[in-house]
Amino acid sequence: MLITLSYSAPEGADHDSTAFGFLLFKHPAKLQSFDVTVGQAHVFYPEATPERTTVALMLELDPVELARSRRFTGDAFALAHYVNDRPYASSSMMAVALGKVFRTAMTGRSDSYPELAAGTIPLVVTVAAVPARGGAELVRELFEPLGWSVTADPIPLDPERADWGDSRFVDLRLEGSIRLADALNQLYVLLPVLDDAKHYWVSDDEVGKLVRAGEGWLADHPQKDLITRRYLRHEKRIVADAAARLANPDADGTVEEDENQPRAAPRLVDQRADAVMRALHDVRAHRVADLGCGEGALLARLLADSAFTEIVGTDVSSRSLTIAERRLDLRRAPDRVRERVRLLQSSVTYQDDRIAGMDAAVLMEVIEHIDLDRLPAAERAVWGLAQPEAVVVTTPNADYNALYPALPAGHLRHTDHRFEFTRDEFQGWASRVAGEYGYSVEFRTVGEVDERLGSPTQLALFLREAR
Amino acid sequence: MKLSVPESCVILLIGVSGSGKSTFAATHFGPYETLSSDAFRGMVADDENDQSATAAAFDALRYVASKRLEQNRLTVIDATNVQPAARKAFIDLARAHDMLPVAIVLDVPEKLAIARNKGRVGRDFGAGVVRRQHDQLRRSLRGLGREGFRRVHILDSEEAIAEAEIVREPLLTDRRGEHGPFDAIGDVHGCRSELESLLTKLGYVIETDASGRPVDAVHPEGRRAIFLGDLVDRGPDSPGVLRLAMGMVRNGHALAVPGNHEEKLIRALDGKNPKTTHGLAETLAQLSDETEEFRAEVLRFCRDLVSHLVLDDGKLVVAHAGLIEKYQGRASGRVRAFALYGDTTGESDEYGLPVRLPWADDYRGDAVVLYGHTPSPEVTWVNNTACVDTGAVFGGSLSAMRYPERGVVSVPAERVWYEPVRPLAAPTQPGDERDPGVLRIDDVLGKHVIETSTHGRISVREEHAAGALEVMARWAIDPRHLLYLPPTMSPPTTSSRPGLLEHPDEAFAAFRADGVSEVVVQEKHMGSRAVVLLARDPSRFDAPAGWNGVVHTRTGRPFFEQELATRFLAELSGAAERAGLFDELESSWLLFDAELLPWSLKADDLIRDLYAATGAAATDALPRAVSVLEAAVASGVDAGELLARTRERSDNALAYRAAYRQYAAPATGLDGVQLAPFQLLASEGRNHATEPHAWHLDRIDRLVAADPVRVKRTERRFVDLADAEAVADAVAWWEQLTASGGEGVVVKPAAGLVRTARGLALPGIKVRGREYLRIIYGPDYTAPANLDRLRDRSVNHKRSMALREYALGLEALDRIARGEPLWRVHQAVFAVLAMESEPVDPRL
Repeated sequence: MLITLSYSAPEGADHDSTAFGFLLFKHPAKLQSFDVTVGQAHVFYPEATPERTTVALMLELDPVELARSRRFTGDAFALAHYVNDRPYASSSMMAVALGKVFRTAMTGRSDSYPELAAGTIPLVVTVAAVPARGGAELVRELFEPLGWSVTADPIPLDPERADWGDSRFVDLRLEGSIRLADALNQLYVLLPVLDDAKHYWVSDDEVGKLVRAGEGWLADHPQKDLITRRYLRHEKRIVADAAARLANPDADGTVEEDENQPRAAPRLVDQRADAVMRALHDVRAHRVADLGCGEGALLARLLADSAFTEIVGTDVSSRSLTIAERRLDLRRAPDRVRERVRLLQSSVTYQDDRIAGMDAAVLMEVIEHIDLDRLPAAERAVWGLAQPEAVVVTTPNADYNALYPALPAGHLRHTDHRFEFTRDEFQGWASRVAGEYGYSVEFRTVGEVDERLGSPTQLALFLREAR
Repeated sequence: MKLSVPESCVILLIGVSGSGKSTFAATHFGPYETLSSDAFRGMVADDENDQSATAAAFDALRYVASKRLEQNRLTVIDATNVQPAARKAFIDLARAHDMLPVAIVLDVPEKLAIARNKGRVGRDFGAGVVRRQHDQLRRSLRGLGREGFRRVHILDSEEAIAEAEIVREPLLTDRRGEHGPFDAIGDVHGCRSELESLLTKLGYVIETDASGRPVDAVHPEGRRAIFLGDLVDRGPDSPGVLRLAMGMVRNGHALAVPGNHEEKLIRALDGKNPKTTHGLAETLAQLSDETEEFRAEVLRFCRDLVSHLVLDDGKLVVAHAGLIEKYQGRASGRVRAFALYGDTTGESDEYGLPVRLPWADDYRGDAVVLYGHTPSPEVTWVNNTACVDTGAVFGGSLSAMRYPERGVVSVPAERVWYEPVRPLAAPTQPGDERDPGVLRIDDVLGKHVIETSTHGRISVREEHAAGALEVMARWAIDPRHLLYLPPTMSPPTTSSRPGLLEHPDEAFAAFRADGVSEVVVQEKHMGSRAVVLLARDPSRFDAPAGWNGVVHTRTGRPFFEQELATRFLAELSGAAERAGLFDELESSWLLFDAELLPWSLKADDLIRDLYAATGAAATDALPRAVSVLEAAVASGVDAGELLARTRERSDNALAYRAAYRQYAAPATGLDGVQLAPFQLLASEGRNHATEPHAWHLDRIDRLVAADPVRVKRTERRFVDLADAEAVADAVAWWEQLTASGGEGVVVKPAAGLVRTARGLALPGIKVRGREYLRIIYGPDYTAPANLDRLRDRSVNHKRSMALREYALGLEALDRIARGEPLWRVHQAVFAVLAMESEPVDPRL
């Protein structure tokens, strides 16, 4: 909510420090206020002496308007919006205010001191409570290549709770000899990049703005890719559905297995889907149910293969199904394609007659999302009641986790995994289920096989025994 | 002439164009009972006579007919129906819905029909068409019975048509007028002595004939027996059983349905020579000693038995092998086959006996179904159905189910009369008998209406059910242990006092308006709502040994991992034991509504990522802003107003931080964890949620006394709303609690459940404190400019939700108390969760 910029004119200069006010096009003796979206930006000078002149930009947001404004929430029913860091943080909203208040200064124009505006000048910038995803380290990586000497002090979450550690905010101080317009443009681009909050969508022409504001310094920046990617991430979110309001599932936090693989190697997700497709072909399945189909990655493959004449995708999340439907482009598909596939909201822990009697059912990376004590319900619903001729199950191999350096020992690959089976556990479980419900079972590896620890994903193929 | 037709059936009117079918239908049937092909042509093509629309018209007609037949409604098909193929389509439709097809033929002279057509607009298709139709009709007449019509009425003249009178007769299975009480008796199989013992034990007085043979049994209170079939075969005295049962039925002291063994006996007595296996040989041998007259009477008795009976206003159905809902009160070959043989697959098991499917697992009907046929060691209820065959002839026992009391009365077999082919109880692995708690997806998904005893019918919308399914399936505990979800709680209407959004006065006023004279004001703990089930007998909840209950959130998620939960529940169970609660309530389990402290136990992430983070930014940035503003003011900038505002915000940030810190007490393991129960919701067979709060608090205080470390007392004041002083005291108490940072209070009607003229009164209204609300409405909500806008909030939707959820929760508890099947309990619990997915301001 607060940025200050200070200028001390070098000794022997043809001007004193108060010239800074002319560069900024703001009168040093006045408090000037500007309306910005859901609040006001105030500009004033805490000091304006020949020795040193400091300008302060303070953003005063209206918390009630902020919480009620659809534009900034996307979801009016999220509890978070009245309690919100935006009124205090120097965030992407601060950048918007900066762009508005110092628009002329940002162009590098100056009527009174054109040379001063065109050249580098010694500047000290402070920014209070910068939300920084990536921490003080990233702050330095972003500003140091631009010639700033950076001080970034993390703010503790709560001084009374040392065990909680630091918050994502830092107090930032930049010192350097830089053209004023560049300094303002850099803040304008890099504050939202550090904030990385995609909920604050600003306008359509973000690419154009980035190109203009980045002129002269962005093209050669070593973190150009990250800056561009984060800056352009402003997307309107899909309006959260009822489930999201209720569940507050800690969705993020995946340790993406693939990051740990050499780039040239095929991705594990593809290898997994290939293995499932192979298993389905091996059992000559034509009518297939993908249970827990998520956003439809496997469904797309099934649909592209004419061997599969009836495809049912089920998921417990109606939101995932909506995305799957869009991904498969079913609304625009011709009838003969649309007739092959059905998307149903369902849960594998409930009996669902709509999936009964298929040639095959696929549980691809599903069982590990079911609590162990609820797994018997899923076994009963799938093997006992739906009774497909074949069942394909894939799940992570916990033995293999030792090969992921980013994964601490004993941790699971995803925060929503309720368990991960070792090879022994998986084979023991699958054999018991097979025996209980009259299936035979064989096991396959998926992905690169480590001699000692097996493959990253394990697959079980169940076949219903003739009765 | 009187034409008798079954009360529910499919009637085909058959006759040429112009034979007067529509007039006949209008005279004898209701306007919606008749589906006319002409009318459907009009609906699909704007023209009743557009022959090109015939296919579409019949398609639509059949669809509407099938919807009526699903509801068991008499339906009249008004079309020419002169061709066998046209009739067959409707006969098939009737059969598919297990209804009887009936034909009424209107056979008028050709000339008359032609003349009538001439007089009607649009019927100018000439005499040839009518002649051809008449030919087809003539050729059809004789074969109608063979085509499958169960009754055929031919009206062969104008007079006959004019004089016809339709008489609707109830189906033989329809005995809805017979009310209990009944004693439904399972498979007797010739065990005459055991039958006498059972009847005697049930209170019947047995009457004998001159030779001392039992011929009747009368209950002094007018109870009647129902024989569920299989009276004969295998046992020592099938004729004796028949004599007694036939006598009881004849004298109105019993009802009976046939079993598969009676069916086979009919064929044997009819001289059809069926295989005399499964004990028929014994029966025939025993009968050969009886008189010819007796054998004839047996044959007549068995033949007159009706596949199944619908009794007691449709609330009870009896059939030998049970009956699925859609067959109840229907008549067809497959209904009879199901009633006699059950849901067979046509396959045989390893003992050579037919494989029967467990139809009762999927039963969702409202009617109680009592049946026999499949011997098992004990009578158990499955989804409103009970099999009463306990294998008397195989050395088990002979049992009766009392209806409506639902009590089982049994007498042991005197000996093994017949060695069972298959062991009576199928061998099971230990631990294997646990039902994995699988419910049907259509029990919960889609639009549902839950009938509640306190708030009428409550609709669950499809999209809300969809949202709830995700939460339930991904996060909630096993549905067998999820007995209840608590209702949301509404705040009072917004206070107009300066600086406050909520005040107890508005809560008191709301209850006064509902006619409540006494309330209890309870301290609102700074924790999370929790439901706690203490269970001493895991088998009561199909749980494995060592399981001792659950503690879950208001959306059904577990609070602790298993090991901690077990320890926590064991401590609470010990306290309940010492407090004498299990003994007093004669229950192996207790269900509590409570608050679990501290809040950080559930909300640690939220406190850190949202509350603390916002506090960190605010307490860092605001003092900096204050200091630059001070410098500016000192150097003469006119920013005094902004400085004052910013100083106030800086103070608010500190107050806000103090508010959330109250909820962030560190807790590791169970250290510092406390439960503050405020209601003892239920125990075996009883819903206590409607008891007055004094009843609950009395028992909960005993629990606190038994373990004051783990169980926290809920402070409370009982307040007479007419006593101004008491009311003022309560307000002062609220002020004192909230000034020191307390969350607030909950005001509840002291009587517990209160019905008003407008429906239920709210079970509670929460009144939160000024400081606490900073973490709800933001640190600066108290600034007058903010507060004025925040007052504009409506609690109506929240109240309506709270009431519906309250009623659904009570309904779930009622259903548990009545011993209803799991899916019925789950529906009510699930509905609470579905209500919770309605969008409502979460700050209320």
